[in-house]
Amino acid sequence: MSTDRTTRRKVEAGLPRRRRKEARFKVLGMLATAVGILFLGVFFASLIGKGASAFKQTYLQLEIELSETVLAPDGELDLAFADFEGLVRASLRRELPDVTGRQDRRELYRIVSIGAGYQLRDLVAGNPELLGTTQSLWVPASSNIDMLIKGNIDASLAEALRPVSDKQIAWVEFFREAGRLETRFNSALFSNGDSREPELAGIKGAVMGSLYMLMVTMVLSFPIGVAAAIYLEEFAPRNRWSDLIEVNINNLAAVPSIVFGLLGLAVFINWAALPRSAPLVGGLVLTLLTLPVIIIASRAAIKAVPPSIREAALGLGASQTQVVFHHVLPLAMPGMLTGAIIGMSRALGESAPLLMIGMVAFIVDVPGSLTDPATALPVQIFLWADSPERAFAERTSAAIIVLLGFLLVMNLTAVILRKRMERKW
Amino acid sequence: MQATTLILLLGLMAVTAFYLGRGRSLSLVGGHGHGLALHSLPGYYGYYVAIWVALPALGLFLLWVLLEPRIVVALVVNGLPEAYQSLPAGELNLLVNNIQNFAAGDVISVEVDRVLQDAAAQFNDYLANSRQILAVLALGLAGLAGSLAWRRIHPDLRARNRVERVIRWFLIAASSIAIFSTIGIVLSVLFEAIRFFQKVPVTEFMFGLNWSPQTAIRADQVGSSGSFGAVPLFAGTLLITAIAMVVAVPVGLMTAIYLAEYSSTRVRGIAKPLLEILAGIPTVVYGFFAALTVAPWVRRAGEAAGFEVASESALAAGLVMGIMIIPLVSSLSDDAINAVPSAMRDGALGLGSTRSETMTKVILPAALPGIVGGILLAVSRAIGETMIVVMAAGLAANLTANPFAAVTTVTVQIVTLLVGDQEFDSAKTLAAFALGLMLFVVTLFLNIIGLSVVRKYREQYD
Repeated sequence: MSTDRTTRRKVEAGLPRRRRKEARFKVLGMLATAVGILFLGVFFASLIGKGASAFKQTYLQLEIELSETVLAPDGELDLAFADFEGLVRASLRRELPDVTGRQDRRELYRIVSIGAGYQLRDLVAGNPELLGTTQSLWVPASSNIDMLIKGNIDASLAEALRPVSDKQIAWVEFFREAGRLETRFNSALFSNGDSREPELAGIKGAVMGSLYMLMVTMVLSFPIGVAAAIYLEEFAPRNRWSDLIEVNINNLAAVPSIVFGLLGLAVFINWAALPRSAPLVGGLVLTLLTLPVIIIASRAAIKAVPPSIREAALGLGASQTQVVFHHVLPLAMPGMLTGAIIGMSRALGESAPLLMIGMVAFIVDVPGSLTDPATALPVQIFLWADSPERAFAERTSAAIIVLLGFLLVMNLTAVILRKRMERKW
Repeated sequence: MQATTLILLLGLMAVTAFYLGRGRSLSLVGGHGHGLALHSLPGYYGYYVAIWVALPALGLFLLWVLLEPRIVVALVVNGLPEAYQSLPAGELNLLVNNIQNFAAGDVISVEVDRVLQDAAAQFNDYLANSRQILAVLALGLAGLAGSLAWRRIHPDLRARNRVERVIRWFLIAASSIAIFSTIGIVLSVLFEAIRFFQKVPVTEFMFGLNWSPQTAIRADQVGSSGSFGAVPLFAGTLLITAIAMVVAVPVGLMTAIYLAEYSSTRVRGIAKPLLEILAGIPTVVYGFFAALTVAPWVRRAGEAAGFEVASESALAAGLVMGIMIIPLVSSLSDDAINAVPSAMRDGALGLGSTRSETMTKVILPAALPGIVGGILLAVSRAIGETMIVVMAAGLAANLTANPFAAVTTVTVQIVTLLVGDQEFDSAKTLAAFALGLMLFVVTLFLNIIGLSVVRKYREQYD
């Protein structure tokens, strides 16, 4: 009797402490879960806060005289050598006639992007009849002015501490008051290749490079991955060889991606002499990288097909190959496609192996084929993140938003595919 | 003829062959009504002929494309004047490169002389000829093999079995690619690493305390002989990995516990996908975030607390890497916790222990092997992670355990050594492959242990 009571008393005495401990443990768990989610929130907030403004670009309106005496001094227009830049400068001088002196004028010219000259050239190339007329055009402002307008450069700082001078601010103010300064949608971001000038730099080249690479990867890794999964699940005898393949696949899935880059450098570029920086080589490396992912997903999809289907087909006289290709494969296809899309989204975000095979080169042209030098979207992000210009930080965030957008679409497709097509047996 | 045209033509021939073969098999037995007299379904006879049309020709094509550049270069070199042929290998290589570039119409840096012009013309000539010959040979082979196969069609021909055998071999080949890529990785890093160890002794690499891979361009340059002691890199890698694990293991584990034991289904339904988003963010994005957002925070916070913080501190890179690994740790721990039989959990709860006591005293000890295996996989992931450290950690090889100092890692050095122009016989380039070998061996070791522990453990309670 008495021992019973003392035990009970002991337990009761310990209860508050144990309950406190329990509550503490639960709070710890909550906090841990919150850490990840909180990070996600901070991450997206900072990303969108930094990147949203890159989708806009500041433009200035200039009256530009397409003077024949400047463009075609010998009576003949040579687009490659004509001084379009000079026209833009002349127009700026006319707008602000009281700016004199070499130094001041040079500063004045710097408020307009050098892209203005290219814009004029393209305009004249398309419409030669405009020669000799005066056109009112919206041309991109230089990146520093763009940053000033977007508030990323603080005008209240001392003049020596900011990249725009007081005079430049005054000139920009002049354009703004005249209603000739606007921020518009930054179409250059989506239609240009890379550039040293932030206001002209775009992601089209990188997106095309990524697209070509994913094409190569998809064409190679999906059939090979599915074939490997079929063999391992349906045909392979249980022996050392198939065990070896299995261990190998699981390990390959966990090998650091940079090691695949070393493989690509040594085998595809050094030994097979394929061109550097080419989407073809990038695609091959990414194929090796995504194969394990696709094989593992495809095997799971094949395993999910109930054996009764195989037995029924075999019972009706189908050969083993017919069973697999006529019955198992179509039923497992949604699961395999889901795996393939997830593998592709992993390939799209991968950048370390691409650094190894030379896809970090500065490439202005948009690639037009599998062997043209190209870069990829994540690598472009890496390159821009390294650039010191203020305006590139903003564009990096914008490129990240685009990349995450692509990934989101791919993963949503995978989720929807899984939900709509997968059967429960 | 263009390679793509050739492939398309072969494809077209294969499709035609399919219909021809099918038609012949049917006409041999007297039309559609008599299909039962055939050994296989008529389509298999079609596939049989199509395979004979396509496979040998494709094989020839691949072989040709692989060997062509070497043979053409050898022919061009043979055609050069004597004086050029006896050049040292390096200069000859350069010359061949120039010839190739000139032949492709690129601008080259050397003066274009007569010899070069002739050689380039020869080169283009050979190339064009080779393509012509290939086209003729491939199409001829396709036609020949196809017609032979077509002739062999007979009602008793076991066409299905033969087609299925080809399919089987294709499947086996596809599954062997995993083996080949492992072998490829091992060989490619091993050979270059061995060449490196011929220049730099293994002991210096493994135990040397000084890493500065700048080798001299000219032999008479001073102070840049290069030293390849990799210990500071290993130490830096371990430091950043340790920081990452200090973040990821407790947070990941507690997240798994909370979501498995405490949270309502609704919370779990929201939190799990959100954490999976973390796992799906590309590492280059983490790197950008680490370098531009977290590193300045760490620096400001550290300086406010009176520490001296490098702007590329190990702490910033490690923290972000830890966040990246949280989902991996939490999902593997989740698997391990769920694998513990519910009888153990119910028993502990039935004896009056609280949930946290059940968890810490019963379930976690039982799930420990699985969790440890998962942590090993996470460590391997952290060691091999590249972009975060390339963007947020430093380049200077400091041997320190101070998380506020800048350190460098194995992966960072591989990237810096190999990005840009490189020659394959300098110790600097080869050092990257030696580092790659180390990386591969260490991660392979961790992965094999981790994977086998995780799997064995899963089976134990099944």
